[in-house]
Amino acid sequence: MIFGLHPLLLVTFLPLVGFLIILFLKAEQKNAIRWTALLTSLATFGASLAMLAQFDPARGDLQLVYRTSWLRVGGISIDFYLGVDGLSILLVLLTTFLTPIAILSTWSAVEERVKGFMAFFLLLETGMLGVFLALDLVLFYIFWEFTLVPMYFLIGVWGGERRVYAAVKFFLFTMFGSLLMLLAILVMGLQAGSFAWNDLLAQRQLFAQTQLWLFLAFALAFAIKVPMFPLHTWLPDAHVEAPTAGSVILAGVLLKMGGYGFLRFNLPFFPEASLQAAPYMAVLAVIGILYGAAVSLMQKDVKKLVAYSSVSHLGFVMLGIFAFTQQGLAGGVLQMINHGLSTGALFLIVGMLYERRHTREMSAYGGIWKVMPILGALTLIVMLSSAGLPGLNGFVGEFTILLGAFGSQVLNSPYFAGAATIGVILAAVYLLVMFERVFLGPVRVEANLSLKDLNAREVITLLPVLVLIFWIGLYPAPFFDLINPSVERLVALVQSMAVLAIH
Amino acid sequence: MNLSDFILTLPILVLLAWALLLLVVDLWVPKGRKGIVAALAALGLAVTIGVTLSQAGNGGLAFQNMIMADGFAVYLNVLYLVSGLVVIALSHDYLKRMNLERGEFYPLMFLSIAGMMLVTQAYNLIMVFLALEFLSIPLYVLAGLARERPESEESSLKYFLLGTFSSAFVLYGIALIFGATATTGLSEIIASVQEGAVNLPIFLAGAALMLVGFAFKLAAVPFHEWAPDVYQGAPTPVASFMAVAVKTAGVAVLLRVFLTAFPTLAAEMAPLGWGIAALTMLVGNILAIAQTNLKRLLAYSSISHGGYLLMAFVAYGNPQVAGQAVAAMLFYLLAYTLTTFGAWAVVISVEQADYQGLELEDYAGLGLKYPWLGVAMLVFMLSLTGIPLTMGFWGKLFLFRAAVDAGYVELALIGLLSSLISAYYYLRVVVMMFMRSGEPRIRRDGWLSLVAVGSALAVVGLSLLPNQILQMAAQAILSLQ
Repeated sequence: MIFGLHPLLLVTFLPLVGFLIILFLKAEQKNAIRWTALLTSLATFGASLAMLAQFDPARGDLQLVYRTSWLRVGGISIDFYLGVDGLSILLVLLTTFLTPIAILSTWSAVEERVKGFMAFFLLLETGMLGVFLALDLVLFYIFWEFTLVPMYFLIGVWGGERRVYAAVKFFLFTMFGSLLMLLAILVMGLQAGSFAWNDLLAQRQLFAQTQLWLFLAFALAFAIKVPMFPLHTWLPDAHVEAPTAGSVILAGVLLKMGGYGFLRFNLPFFPEASLQAAPYMAVLAVIGILYGAAVSLMQKDVKKLVAYSSVSHLGFVMLGIFAFTQQGLAGGVLQMINHGLSTGALFLIVGMLYERRHTREMSAYGGIWKVMPILGALTLIVMLSSAGLPGLNGFVGEFTILLGAFGSQVLNSPYFAGAATIGVILAAVYLLVMFERVFLGPVRVEANLSLKDLNAREVITLLPVLVLIFWIGLYPAPFFDLINPSVERLVALVQSMAVLAIH
Repeated sequence: MNLSDFILTLPILVLLAWALLLLVVDLWVPKGRKGIVAALAALGLAVTIGVTLSQAGNGGLAFQNMIMADGFAVYLNVLYLVSGLVVIALSHDYLKRMNLERGEFYPLMFLSIAGMMLVTQAYNLIMVFLALEFLSIPLYVLAGLARERPESEESSLKYFLLGTFSSAFVLYGIALIFGATATTGLSEIIASVQEGAVNLPIFLAGAALMLVGFAFKLAAVPFHEWAPDVYQGAPTPVASFMAVAVKTAGVAVLLRVFLTAFPTLAAEMAPLGWGIAALTMLVGNILAIAQTNLKRLLAYSSISHGGYLLMAFVAYGNPQVAGQAVAAMLFYLLAYTLTTFGAWAVVISVEQADYQGLELEDYAGLGLKYPWLGVAMLVFMLSLTGIPLTMGFWGKLFLFRAAVDAGYVELALIGLLSSLISAYYYLRVVVMMFMRSGEPRIRRDGWLSLVAVGSALAVVGLSLLPNQILQMAAQAILSLQ
């Protein structure tokens, strides 16, 4: 209990307090609105740390459970049911960590309609936290679908030139997947007489016959969100048009909802179907890794490059998940965090450049290091983290995933990991090329000579991310300690099925 | 005839008497002070709501088994009467603005509502037919209220011709059923079915014809063609009344007749209902994409919502599911009423005195210039799409739940995919309001804003506590079975 409130309730709904305060502020009080949003999101981060303090990492089960009946439909209860375990706790922390950073990044970037922007941002935070914490499937769906609305507005109102197209595409793509998931949720809930996650898990034998269809319905919703090749086409549009803070949250957190969905629902509910689907999913993941990297190589626009690199990086996450090994899954969870940090930071950097020069074409830059040494140095670290340099966070995640994929009995082939390794090399190529074109060499464009280096606020925005990049890179053990017990349970569950399937 | 007959039908009698009273009072109210008539009309509806609610506990049959008073009727009657109140709030300023302040407006609406109440309570097929006519004829007049406009005349004539056409279907169906069962009383029909003294093919044909007739009233595909033209030409508050209350009455009579008299035909009727529901959801939503006029867009949207309701109706034959399906439909009707009236209130706010301001372009920048109205419209669009934290979400969830529970997973899938289509055109309104700049003009009127903002608050607020309303709807159907 924190202030007499359940910690998960506090974490989930604290942003709404800021949202309500902002509603009552005048649109002209821009700074008051900004500070309210920042302080609320910082308080939420604090609350999530308090949640972490009460979390026992040694147990792999659901903790800090809050459950109260919400409504009954025909004898089946829909509960307000929250809980956290090793699969979700880091994602919750990532959300509460990135939100204040994203808000800080908008300080001078968003000047128009600040009130609406911050209001939607805090709504979005509550929605995302709810997705990671909800354990009733209807409640999960409500949070899941609700995140669409604020993100749709963030892209559509504050985005770039083709923002309306990108926003509608984002909305419709995601909704398509989630509607099928809703149907699967209804079918399962009616069969089992409950929408609660653990009840459905206990009764998963009921879905033995239909599990392939149910698996596909859930997988479609999550694969669109991740996004997996070939369902990724909404992502570059959404990323390129979204405002910086929107891109940070989109890449940092929203995409993780897809990966999390696979871990929380697909694997435990439908282990046999997951095993059946694993080779296909792994093939799509590897195609995503290579395709995303290849397309990144060809980009002239920095933001598009980072967007496509997301497709590639999340391919690793999916490969790790569908390797069904302890390392693969744990690496997948950690890589989601890593991607949130490095890609979030890359989007922040792109935003900082864009704010100064109002272009994202790499040809408009060159030699920026000479004018902006602080930004250059920080970018180098973030870029190397994204490329997977040992000693930084990206390496830990990717290496663990590759290890898991090599050792996977389910995939039973070294080619998956082998092909994915090529993706690591390609990532180094396109990131280094990008760095070279933007930061190295002589200053070719005169307008760049007068660029101002980062101010204190911008350094403060990036610094916390860099701390975590080093921390995870040098000493990942505390993070794995949080993840591992829950992953072990998941692996044990799926492997018991695997034994049945192989023999 | 005895006293209890009159007591059981007291709400309808009060409403009819009040309608006549209004007609007389209006003669003495000078032009320019017609607000008095509106206030008096509102008072009449409020009194009737009170009388209706006071009867919530005691029900029964009246007038030789012609009329049934039960919880189902109370729930729906309150919905019609509240709709009437909302329509008064929507029309008061509109009539003045469009120079349509005619004394017969409110009395005609009262008569139509009385018809809806009767059709909901009808327990004999003759009564069903009479009540359907009683609710429709005042609407033909109301649709043509702006009689100097050709569109309004067209609307009235079209509605009249197709309305009588559909009544003919119902009447022919009744005749066949009478031929097959030798009775028109709903409970006598089922009794004669159970005795086995029924000519099944004729009985079935009669029921199918009645379904077609009701489908006309509901504007279900393929009997929907009239709706967009009629809504577009009719005065906007009348269109909103038709979109909400008439559709609700159509659902009510469908449920009353089919659940009480034709439960044995469920298996035969299911494919027909299935087809109509699927077509209505798909066609309504697909045609709505092409609309640029808000009134037409809302017309097609209301067609598609009839389809969602019919989806749950298909489940009625399964006795385990029927109760849930009906409760889901009653819940949905409430959600639909709140949402749709709100959306029409915004349309009326933007509509100009010369009947301009109905195109999608006229909404450009609305949300930026008038945030309250814009956010309210946003809530309605999201609720109609079925996005969470709105009543529309729960309504759809319950309907889909009923369809899945009854084993119609494919139908639910069609419904879900058609709501994806609907997201596209509802979002277009949102895009216009918030993502395009423009110089929208609105009519400032307190009552309109009250309906818009009040509905939006209710749509979001009640969605946090759906349980109470769902239990209320579940209570309402108990006596039906």
